[in-house]
Amino acid sequence: MTRRTGLFALTAAVAAAVSLNAQVTFDRILRADREPQNWLSYSGTPFNQRYSPLTQITTANAKNLELQWIWQARSLEKFEATALAVDGVLYTVQAPNDVVALDAESGRPFWTTTYAPAPEARTCCGRVNRGLAILGDTLYMGTIDAHLLALDAKTGEILWNKEVASAKDRYSITMSPLIVKDKVIIGTAGGDGPIRGQIAAFDAKTGKELWRFYTIPGPGEPGNDTWSGDSWKTGGVGVWNAGAYDPETNLTFFGTGNPAPDWDGRSRLGDNLYSDSVVALDADTGTLKWHYQFTPHDELDYDSTQVPVLADIQFRGKPRKVMLWANRNGLMYVLDRVTGEFLHGRAYVKVNWADGFDSKGRPQRVPGMVPTKAGTVIRPHVHGATNWAPPSFSPRTGLYYVAHFENSSTVAVEGEFPRANGINPRQTTMGQINLQNFLNNEDEAYGVVRAYDPNTLEPKWEYKMADITWGGVLTTAGDVVFSGGKEGYFFALDARTGALLWKAALGGQVNAGPMSYSINGKQYVTIAAGNSLYAFALRGDVK
Amino acid sequence: MQDAKGKMQMRHRAVGGFFLFALFAFGILHFELRASAQHETASDIEDGGRVFRQSCANCHGPDGNEIPGIDLGRGVFKTAKTDEDLVRIIQKGVPGTPMPATNMSDEQAKRVVAYLRSTAATKTSATAVGDAARGKALFEGKGGCLKCHRANSVGSRIGPDLTRIGQLRRSADLERSLVDPAAEVLPTGRFYRVVTKDGAIVTGRLLNIDTFTVQMIDTKEQLRSFTKVNLKEHGFIPSPMPSYKATLNTQELADVVSYLVSLKGRAN
Repeated sequence: MTRRTGLFALTAAVAAAVSLNAQVTFDRILRADREPQNWLSYSGTPFNQRYSPLTQITTANAKNLELQWIWQARSLEKFEATALAVDGVLYTVQAPNDVVALDAESGRPFWTTTYAPAPEARTCCGRVNRGLAILGDTLYMGTIDAHLLALDAKTGEILWNKEVASAKDRYSITMSPLIVKDKVIIGTAGGDGPIRGQIAAFDAKTGKELWRFYTIPGPGEPGNDTWSGDSWKTGGVGVWNAGAYDPETNLTFFGTGNPAPDWDGRSRLGDNLYSDSVVALDADTGTLKWHYQFTPHDELDYDSTQVPVLADIQFRGKPRKVMLWANRNGLMYVLDRVTGEFLHGRAYVKVNWADGFDSKGRPQRVPGMVPTKAGTVIRPHVHGATNWAPPSFSPRTGLYYVAHFENSSTVAVEGEFPRANGINPRQTTMGQINLQNFLNNEDEAYGVVRAYDPNTLEPKWEYKMADITWGGVLTTAGDVVFSGGKEGYFFALDARTGALLWKAALGGQVNAGPMSYSINGKQYVTIAAGNSLYAFALRGDVK
Repeated sequence: MQDAKGKMQMRHRAVGGFFLFALFAFGILHFELRASAQHETASDIEDGGRVFRQSCANCHGPDGNEIPGIDLGRGVFKTAKTDEDLVRIIQKGVPGTPMPATNMSDEQAKRVVAYLRSTAATKTSATAVGDAARGKALFEGKGGCLKCHRANSVGSRIGPDLTRIGQLRRSADLERSLVDPAAEVLPTGRFYRVVTKDGAIVTGRLLNIDTFTVQMIDTKEQLRSFTKVNLKEHGFIPSPMPSYKATLNTQELADVVSYLVSLKGRAN
């Protein structure tokens, strides 16, 4: 993640135009920073920094951004996918599970492959998909009926189709797969129901299963005793957001979901490992190397399925390989990604269920802050301080950028879906595709993009929105931050100051992360809003 | 009948949804079709054919003759006597048989009927009985088909993928394509040529075209997109598919057709 000059970026882009459609090797994915014209995995690289080394769009000229094209999906589901950009072709998902190849310059389609999930497919929160993975000439997609598909990137032909888990048993897949070497690694969602979450690796060529890790330990395995009775069998703990990979340790990292049932822990006494955790798995074997649990014995639905962001930073004066994690539970963390050691943590929004950490980094609970029959006001909201939207880290500024809710709360009632707390009961509802009238007063939850210093986890600046946000964040080497929110605006901020540089009203809610690529010397930024994908670039001929 | 029903149920599970309105029980009486339906345009017939291939062919086969006693392509039904009968059966199904009801509008059902009428006069394969195994060997060997086509992930992507061709086209159509490839080229098999302003010539199979741009997969299997204002020339070119009339004898043609008909898609 070194600095890239504009000249380098442009040269690389031209080179790419010459070498169209080369095989996407794992080395290319791993070192995607060397080819900034492309976007080869969900958050750019396996480090998930969602940082583009492209430099054409800067803080000085971002005001000249203008729409280049729109691609409208034939779907009324939320558009949560981040597209891949591979040598002039964009690959994305039309929810729930159609795969589309678009010309990156015009947005016109090369091909569309439709996939009809099994009728029994059930998802908790929309028939959505967050994106594809690519290796060689093959695309990979998880489906809401819990299958993993391999497709020919040239034609969209389905090459193989593996059932990862049974949709009849309420498993689904919504995350983008993780490619490591010759493997495709994917997790199963559905953890608000009685599943037992899994992460499985498949041979990229054949679809043969290579290993499987259960997010709830079975009898005889360490951690099984953190579940009372037989609750481990149906304890949830889905995995539904992108993982990360560190080649130096050969470890993959996945966030895990809440234990089930969600808002009543009486039937599953104990810490409920490895719910609400990050698990570090050996990429070759799936063996658990370490874990860190963010919310032991969760009764507030604080999934830890945020996107792990890996960075090599100076931490308190020493170089350190860290993992940055703004959690749904309202706490932000710096972990040593080699050992799992808790390095630092603090509340980054108003939090009232915990008031600090013990020496090992276990959150200290505030007594009484649990669901009750009468209802307890708990901060943050059940949907969290942040949820699944991908954050960003800029190696240029050294800051960690997160779009999240502030000032949210919930009335936690034993065994019930928590009620929103506030004048407008819809204040923290999940994203939809259409814009809605907004009526909150200033005492209620709102959205922010904040830039955090990883050393202190203090915000350097804040950009405040009226409504909350389910949008992700992109940073670029032009020191521009891109994000958007439920109000349907897509905007550019100065990465060092948070100053608004530019905005566009897209007419639909932003429920996805932005990405950037270039083709023929022109840098593009895309964002999905409503049911469409929008591409922006600087006005005029910028070659 | 039990076998046919079991087969149909299996396919229903595989395909799912409402597309399963196979035109199963169209009559016991052999019924002489009118020459062609009135008031239907070529695009109506093409649209009807598309629906037939996507939906009805799953059970009836591309030639419409895979259910014993029924040969849709030749107007051999069980009970239907009129176009109205056919429309009603398509929409409401046949109770007590695997032929399900559909939610097709009158217009959609009429288009399927129009397609059936249009094909009634066309003979199915006139060739000898083919052998699919021999056809596969010819397809991959003497015929050189894999130089342009792909089947089950083997072969080139330049020409149309034939993995499901047996579900999509009738044997008579396949035979005609082998003997006289230019007679009918499906929209997905059209070839295009562009000349860029610097003189580079690119040809390939057309994937999409609009007022301003062209998308194709070129002869090097690259996905390519061009802006028309940047082109010196552009336009359709004849299909590079050669005629096998002189290359393959009657039996060999039947073998290849038999193999192509056997390509029903991969069991994913």
